[in-house]
Amino acid sequence: MTATALENAQGAGSVPMDRSRALGRLKLSDNGFRWMTFLSASLVLILLVGVAISLFIGSWPAFRTFGFGFFFSDAWSPPKERFGAAAAIYGTLVTSIIAMLIAVPVGMGIAVFLTELCPPLLRRPIGVAIELLAGIPSIIYGIWGVYYFRPVMQAYIQPFIMGTLGAIPGVGALFAGPPLGYGVLTAGLVLAVMILPFITAISRDVFETVPNVLKEAAYGVGATTFEVVGNVVIPYTRVGIIGGVMLGLGRALGETMAVTFVIGNATKISTSILAQGTTISAMIANQFADADPGLFTSSLLALGFILFIITFIVLALARWMLSRLEVKA
Amino acid sequence: MANLYPGRRRRNVVWKALALASTVFGLSWLVLILGALLWNGVGGLSLDVFTKNTAPPGIAGGLLNSIVGSLIQTAIGLLIAAPLGILAGTYLAEYGRYARIAYVIRFINDILLSAPSIVIGLFVYQLCVVPFGHFSGVAGGIALAIIATPIMVRTTEDMLNLVPNTLREAASALGTPRSLVIRQVAYRAVRSGIVTGILLAVARMTGETAPLIFTALGNSLFVADPRGPMSSLPLIIYEFARSPYAEQQKLAWTGALLVTFSVLGLSIFARVISASRGANKQN
Repeated sequence: MTATALENAQGAGSVPMDRSRALGRLKLSDNGFRWMTFLSASLVLILLVGVAISLFIGSWPAFRTFGFGFFFSDAWSPPKERFGAAAAIYGTLVTSIIAMLIAVPVGMGIAVFLTELCPPLLRRPIGVAIELLAGIPSIIYGIWGVYYFRPVMQAYIQPFIMGTLGAIPGVGALFAGPPLGYGVLTAGLVLAVMILPFITAISRDVFETVPNVLKEAAYGVGATTFEVVGNVVIPYTRVGIIGGVMLGLGRALGETMAVTFVIGNATKISTSILAQGTTISAMIANQFADADPGLFTSSLLALGFILFIITFIVLALARWMLSRLEVKA
Repeated sequence: MANLYPGRRRRNVVWKALALASTVFGLSWLVLILGALLWNGVGGLSLDVFTKNTAPPGIAGGLLNSIVGSLIQTAIGLLIAAPLGILAGTYLAEYGRYARIAYVIRFINDILLSAPSIVIGLFVYQLCVVPFGHFSGVAGGIALAIIATPIMVRTTEDMLNLVPNTLREAASALGTPRSLVIRQVAYRAVRSGIVTGILLAVARMTGETAPLIFTALGNSLFVADPRGPMSSLPLIIYEFARSPYAEQQKLAWTGALLVTFSVLGLSIFARVISASRGANKQN
């Protein structure tokens, strides 16, 4: 249809047909297309606002019933209709912190290797392999985690941690409990493997924005590779690295399937990171489909709303920092 | 001066070794995970997997209904996300490149790109499951579409930004209206880029589980009608991986193998397409 419109417009001179009608039609389709693209783009905006509003409406009964206590109570009892978000928020934060503690240094190490040390021939294959790791769906991390990683945790890592760190007076309570394999630490470690490729990819990209002259100047005065990375590359890309780390954190906070399989799904706060726990997303995934309508469903929606707000803030900060780097570059 | 040098060198070697070690560490996970998938999944691959439906424990079953369910829901997701994402990306790159609202939309789109998928699931539950009173494959497809749209928007915009302005100016100089410049010239120049975006979007949708749990719910029967509850590969992996029965666990691994290799295949294919395009441009 559009193609014929074009031909009509171009051939209008040779065809004695009413030229103005063809032009009118063209103008109409021109404006129509513009409006269609604008509406589609606006829909992206409406989508985000819609998510926020619909979740807030759904969670209103829970917020009204429990008030601010909802955030601080770790009660979760469907039969008694008493719900609180504290255990889930706590688990979400702790698993994400564990994941970040491991993934950030390792991811940056890989990025340093790829940009500074790697022979050019290997750079692309290793980069692609890390990106493939990012492409593996989270459910695969879940099934792998529960069949392979959990037994290793149970048989070797947890007993080892309990025997060494758990024996230290004072902090020992952090590493106590029966070695079940399931738990907050296991979930944090699986999460670390999941977000590692994101941190690596972004660190590599921001490291590549460092002008070669800066690095060459440092090498020229005799700096070692380690000194160049520590004194030139990292200070230059600081904002971008923080942005990348926050982006990884946003992923870790909202990750569902990998965590659900290995965290043990116990709705309580334990002092030990080896104990079973839960996260916001794991709780929603586990309970939502079977939840009774009413306060139970509303409390789960309220958890979703809290997760949405937390990740929105983290991701918005991340994007803001990364965009500041783009302006600089 | 002389006594500083060995220390600096030693520190350099240690840190280089740590960078190398972290690379080996990162890559070993890829090997371990793919190895586990092949080890457990390949043995279960048989004709039954593709011809029989999921069955209760004790009866030999396959994954037919889940595979069909996955395909239908991904198709629904793509039918919504592809036009929507391409049009929105067109607005950002062509009409509103420097408009204030475009900055806002771009920012929001980047946030949606990594928003937790389970929250999208809750939203679609409120939007499409509560009003109709039942779970459905359509709801699952819509949830997938919401996840895929930001990917389409982003790739379309990035690709259109690469089109040289001289091309657009040449077409405009002939008196071609703006919309036809975009559709006849710009889209043609970025066709392979848009295909890459579609492949990446399909890859992302193929592996999504969390938003389907309470939108499509799952179904042990074969259904081709997306108006009712519908199974899909990720959902059946989620269910069977936690099953105590060995044969169901085996099917879960086979499903995981299918999902992973389709996702990885799609993303490698997308990479090859965009790489060959880059090579063409250099010639």
